[in-house]
Amino acid sequence: MLKINNLHARVEDKEILRGINLTVNAGEVHAIMGPNGSGKSTLAAVIAGKEEFEITEGEVFLEGENLEDTSPEDRAHKGIFLSFQYPVEIPGVSVTNFMKTAINESRKAKGLEDMPAKDMLKLIREKSEMLEIDRKFLSRSLNEGFSGGEKKRNEIFQMAMLEPKLAILDETDSGLDIDALRIVANGVNKLKSKDNAVIVITHYQRLLEYIVPDFVHVLHNGKIVKSGTKDLALELEEKGYDWLKQETVV
Amino acid sequence: MAYTEEELKKELETKEYEYGFYTDIESDTFPIGLNEEIVIAISKKKEEPEWMTLWRLESFKIWKEMVEPEWANVKYKKPDFQAISYYSAPNKKPKYDSLDEVDPELLDTFKKLGISLDEQKKLAGVAVDIVMDSVSVATTFKKTLAEKGIIFCSISEAIKEHSELVKKYIGSVVPQKDNFYAALNSAVFSDGSFCYIPKGVRCPMELSTYFRINQAGTGQFERTLVIADEGSYVSYLEGCTAPSRDENQLHAAVVELIALDDAEIKYSTVQNWFPGNKEGLGGVFNFVTKRGLCEKNAKISWTQVETGSAVTWKYPSCILKGDNSIGEFYSIAVTNNYQQADTGTKMIHLGKNTRSTIISKGISAGKSQNSYRGLVQVNSRADNARNFSQCDSLLMGNECGAHTFPYIEVKNKTAQIEHEATTSKIGEDQIFYCNQRGINTEKAIALIVNGFSKEVLNKLPMEFAVEAQKLLEISLEGSVG
Ligand SMILES: Nc1ncnc2c1ncn2[C@@H]1O[C@H](COP(=O)(O)OP(=O)(O)O)[C@@H](O)[C@H]1O
Ligand SMILES: [Mg+2]
Repeated sequence: MLKINNLHARVEDKEILRGINLTVNAGEVHAIMGPNGSGKSTLAAVIAGKEEFEITEGEVFLEGENLEDTSPEDRAHKGIFLSFQYPVEIPGVSVTNFMKTAINESRKAKGLEDMPAKDMLKLIREKSEMLEIDRKFLSRSLNEGFSGGEKKRNEIFQMAMLEPKLAILDETDSGLDIDALRIVANGVNKLKSKDNAVIVITHYQRLLEYIVPDFVHVLHNGKIVKSGTKDLALELEEKGYDWLKQETVV
Repeated sequence: MAYTEEELKKELETKEYEYGFYTDIESDTFPIGLNEEIVIAISKKKEEPEWMTLWRLESFKIWKEMVEPEWANVKYKKPDFQAISYYSAPNKKPKYDSLDEVDPELLDTFKKLGISLDEQKKLAGVAVDIVMDSVSVATTFKKTLAEKGIIFCSISEAIKEHSELVKKYIGSVVPQKDNFYAALNSAVFSDGSFCYIPKGVRCPMELSTYFRINQAGTGQFERTLVIADEGSYVSYLEGCTAPSRDENQLHAAVVELIALDDAEIKYSTVQNWFPGNKEGLGGVFNFVTKRGLCEKNAKISWTQVETGSAVTWKYPSCILKGDNSIGEFYSIAVTNNYQQADTGTKMIHLGKNTRSTIISKGISAGKSQNSYRGLVQVNSRADNARNFSQCDSLLMGNECGAHTFPYIEVKNKTAQIEHEATTSKIGEDQIFYCNQRGINTEKAIALIVNGFSKEVLNKLPMEFAVEAQKLLEISLEGSVG
């Protein structure tokens, strides 16, 4: 599904990613952990195609295709979805209208007609029920005045609507109380299949109890310094990151 | 008649000397320049009653004494008022035989706006067979209005047929001496619309759909007069989302609204005059005076979407004369490339318990300059007057400008005035967020701009709102690299 080779990325003259290697197969869940500022969000943004970051070395492949010249919207059309750590506000644009536009733009890219209103309504009803989202919420301006938790839940709602192949969840758990966390994790689990994959970026073991990863990677200073199974997450929770930092210095 | 402008000018100049002026009344275009004889000739040509001719002459006299205003935040080469021809007979002959001859770029825009083929032809000046459908629509339309006693016709017709009404109200809200362009318009106005809604009548339809087509050809000095008699209601739509390409560079319209006791007028405008090319050349100068008078318990709402013109100077205003009267102004002004707009409103509170609301949304892109200029004036006897103003600016890129000039003059202590202003920029992060959801940058901008303008778009009649939305999209096309 996703293959990243020796990826280096920088912004201005600051090198943030320094040689990332990662392979994610269909059907897998990967967790990426690591201290603040280690480059997790940058990695997510680079996979999604944010042009602010300059790729100085290495490649990103999606289903065997080099994404080098693929625009962010085309990557989205190919099935990449990013749940943002800090979702942005778009005043005056309702969640529903935004989703309608997103879905129809993706369909257009595939040569399909707009989704009939009746199907759209059905889809919205189904997904909002799954995530226990109040319908009134969907008529509000996108992320404007949303609480931290509402923003995150709304990101997962969008993911559910768009049914991506590769979903990257960037600290989706922060801001969620325990009930909301369970609902969101449930939603993610329901969407999981053998044909798609999920990358979960998190600081906490907590989320990984609900969305169980096949692999856990630790990012530090723009590099994956350790990979393992879900037990690694437990170890990190217990010991913190310092022992790993020291290990890499050695 | 394939004259170049220079040849035409010469020919007209010489003719004037050769035969004297009056012989020329028979021709379709008057000699360039402006003097009393021209004013008289316009009036004659339109077979106006004497009072109208005199009124025009008085206006001309006033105009001669005035100077062009300089206070607006716009820069342009002042028109040479003696280099303009002030009368052209309405062009009845089609310019083209088929749509194939029309500028493809223009047709492309029509298509994007979803304008029907027949309408496209009319707007572009292509010969059309008489479309049975639209004729019958027009007939039913006129019948319905007539049954209710509503008068809706050209101002020229009204001057002849409804002389008393016009005489009573023309210039009553925008006096001839009001400003330079209003004085000029009063002297030379070519045509425009007249509307009268009788007492207690609710106009059953938006005065628009059919007339939109007909109005596409109106001249550069338009004059509109709308009178809503006691307790009546009318929603009036002006303009057209289709781009108007006009050889006339200067447009100076005057619109007067009169809402008598308990009446309500909703006046919506979508204006899309040619803004000039990407280098800022050749666009229309739009200097408009629009004002409404509210008597007791009356209400006037101005809603406008302005995307066109190279230079716009426009302040639809309300005089809240009657107690409990209400004035509203909802505006979206888009400027792109080298466009300059100085727009806003004046709310003059004279009566007690008068209320006004101002919502202004300015969107600037390219190298354009967008200014909001608003005056809220509360006079000494206007007890308990209230105003709420909100001016939001949205900037795209780093080379454009947004300016806000709110003037507040309060002479009554009981007044409550609230003013809010915000300036925001379309952020890279917003665009990337949309991109990530599969929405390309152009569409993302349209979405963000529509969201920004929503409060105003919502005030437009439904069909107009959809068109206006598309228009915003088109106006900003290519504005972010
Ligand atoms: N646009 C940017 N300009 C400058 N520095 C940036 C930018 N984006 C991220 N960084 C820096 O790159 C490093 C990694 O950031 P980030 O990927 O957000 O880390 P994480 O998500 O792991 O906390 C940090 O030091 C951050 O300050
Ligand atoms: Mg982060």
